[in-house]
Amino acid sequence: MKGLPPVVITAIVLVAGFAICATQYPNIASTRVVGNLLTDNAFLGIVATGMTFVIISGGIDLSVGSVIGFTTVFVAIAIERLGIPPWLAFVAILVICAAFGAAMGGIIHLFDLPPFIVTLAGMFLARGASFLLSTESIPINAPIYSTVSDFALRLPGGGRLTAIAIIMLIVIAAGALLLHLTRFGANVYALGGSRATTALMGIPVGSMTVRIYMLSSALSGLAGIVFSFYTAAGYSLSAVGVELDTIAAVVIGGTLLTGGQGTVIGTFLGILIQGLIQTYITFDGTLSSWWTKIVTGVLLFAFIALQQAIIVLARRSVLRRAGATS
Amino acid sequence: MQKGPDPAPLLDVRGLAKSFGALRALQDVDFTLRAGEIHALLGENGAGKSTLIKVVTGVFARDAGIVRLDGAEIAPRSAKAALDCGIATVYQEVNLLPNLSVAQNLFLGRQPTRLGVVRQAEMRRRATALLQEFGLHIDVAAPLGNYSVAVQHVTAIARAVDLSARVLILDEPTASLDRHEVEILFRVMRQLALRGIGIVFVSHFLDQVYEISDRITVLRNGRLIGERETASLPRIELIRMMLGRELAETTGERVAAPAHGAGEACVSFEGYGKAGTIAPFDLTLHHGEVVGLAGLLGSGRTETARLVFGAERADSGEVKVEGRAARLHSPRDAVAYGFGYCPEERKTDGIIADLTVRENIVLALQARRGLHRPLSRGEQDEIAKRFIELLDIRPPDPERPIGLLSGGNQQKVLLARWLATSPRLLVLDEPTRGIDVGAHAEIIRLIREFCDKGLALLVISSELDEIVTYSDRVVVLRDRVHVEQLQGDAIDVTNILAAIAADGAARGAAS
Repeated sequence: MKGLPPVVITAIVLVAGFAICATQYPNIASTRVVGNLLTDNAFLGIVATGMTFVIISGGIDLSVGSVIGFTTVFVAIAIERLGIPPWLAFVAILVICAAFGAAMGGIIHLFDLPPFIVTLAGMFLARGASFLLSTESIPINAPIYSTVSDFALRLPGGGRLTAIAIIMLIVIAAGALLLHLTRFGANVYALGGSRATTALMGIPVGSMTVRIYMLSSALSGLAGIVFSFYTAAGYSLSAVGVELDTIAAVVIGGTLLTGGQGTVIGTFLGILIQGLIQTYITFDGTLSSWWTKIVTGVLLFAFIALQQAIIVLARRSVLRRAGATS
Repeated sequence: MQKGPDPAPLLDVRGLAKSFGALRALQDVDFTLRAGEIHALLGENGAGKSTLIKVVTGVFARDAGIVRLDGAEIAPRSAKAALDCGIATVYQEVNLLPNLSVAQNLFLGRQPTRLGVVRQAEMRRRATALLQEFGLHIDVAAPLGNYSVAVQHVTAIARAVDLSARVLILDEPTASLDRHEVEILFRVMRQLALRGIGIVFVSHFLDQVYEISDRITVLRNGRLIGERETASLPRIELIRMMLGRELAETTGERVAAPAHGAGEACVSFEGYGKAGTIAPFDLTLHHGEVVGLAGLLGSGRTETARLVFGAERADSGEVKVEGRAARLHSPRDAVAYGFGYCPEERKTDGIIADLTVRENIVLALQARRGLHRPLSRGEQDEIAKRFIELLDIRPPDPERPIGLLSGGNQQKVLLARWLATSPRLLVLDEPTRGIDVGAHAEIIRLIREFCDKGLALLVISSELDEIVTYSDRVVVLRDRVHVEQLQGDAIDVTNILAAIAADGAARGAAS
């Protein structure tokens, strides 16, 4: 028996959903709308790429939303109050975020703690730190911000592919390459299959764990920078709850929440599905925006149920095989 | 068949010792593996096979002794270090990753790369070639989990050998394989032996041991019993090495009261069985009677116990409790009929280590009464106190977490848990496992005492002399069939051994 891989199901859901929306509001099927959809969800796509690695390796990272919030505040203060050149502020925050992630990964490995707890602590820590820096929203007026916002590739049909959308697409492509074509990627899947076994097979489990959380936090930092471009401000309350949207996108994209299976492309499709729901609600105009959450919830539940069904079916077929041989 | 004048050993273990707390898992064990031989390591549960393997492969640190590989002393600190020395282990639970492709499993951590990118085609080509050496022609791009356990075992072996292993330890590799798959595995083993690799084969299938192994080492209770050439070791002798002490020691010890068989039937099973687990059996347990279940590991003893307790659901036969038809579909049913079960894995299935002695004792009684009728603290204290005195549990402190007690005392608490429910039938699976000698005798004495009060007992034990000591009746199992029931004076170690070895003895002697 070979069922459809979950990522194909995600793709079908996306195409079907898009078709339904397009029949109701033909304007949705335009490059303008699609371009905006990519721009609006650029930061989410970047952070979800990192989350995909973490979840496939059998972990979870609850700190990503707070890290985004911290990043926007840090960047705003560095550029606007301290007068640090923007590129230097970007490099600094990426290094800080990577170190933060490495520390979480190290703690998870050294003390053999559940990633849930460690990254939950990281979530409070990063959010608290951003309040410490500033509790107000700080507008960013550096020239590079207007340059980046103005830059866009013109798409046929009047759409614009903005700089931050391009950054997201590059991150997703690079993430897919890293996950699917390198030893590092193979080790990520191995960790998600079984930590103990992976260690027995001679893979340095500790350094892998550190590097995976480092990647996730660094990408959160990048997402934070992108988010500051998007809003042209730094605010300590930005991106609250984004970790949950991210996890939802990853799971809807067909990644097994228990680890071992998943793709970056699937995650991208999951992001697009969430974006599509938002777009639909905007077009409709009468629906409350909370319907995004409700539909996401239903989809999430459907996908988790689907994955469980696939696992149960697979186990049953293995059992049947074993039963036949005994 | 001689292989020249005693070739230098590949792996040489001398005087190995290992203790876990008060339990001596290994004492002064020697083990010698030559290059190119298949060496069976045998013993019942708790004999020390796994401990020996884990010490040699660096999972446990040893307390004393020397391990030499090719004459050089080694002391690996981890499975990885042992692998680097050239000692690879393949466990019954295959230690590979079912979610990765076969090729990734073979080459994880050492995939061929170009500019950091894994060369998938090259890796698949090499994986295919490697597995073909072992007679496997499969699609290496498919997830390992899609293949049978036999293929997974061969893949694990191929990975180990490709990592230049010289000693290969196979721990119960055939337990979940069918006959054809065993053939595949044996062919691979013979091929590797010809290449000069030393193979340690742990199994409880004696037929397979006689078929494949050159020599046999037997352990019992953490001690070396002997090392023999397979060809010159009759099967009954081997079973005696695994199960019994010297016959002279055991025959006089019987304490069972002879006339118990006449008591009233308590529980009776007719044609009770489950396909693939245990063949249908008839078994009647009388009040005040101890029935022992004897047989080798994997002969169906524990399966019988689980069926009796409803932990497995029978697919044939009938059961009667006190002469009335009954239904045992779950342990809940069994408890409702007044059955109790002390499982073999005390640590994982029995005690709840963080709870106190008192809480562990009242657990089953409370479960039987239901949550809406809680036992008052006073009642709990009363019950705990009574059983601590009755069974002489030490230290006599009902509020001490049970995890801090010795094995023998933990076992007594488990007994107390079921005795507190005043059961009709109690099933004990290896009640004396991992318990020091003094406590051992005491548990046996307690078993007898409770029986005299009208309780029916079904006891599983690998220690034949122990079974002979307390049983009124002994059921002998072989290959998941109840082959014989011994009663009265017929119960002795020789007769039990003869029943266990019955069909294999001829074959063993002939080979």
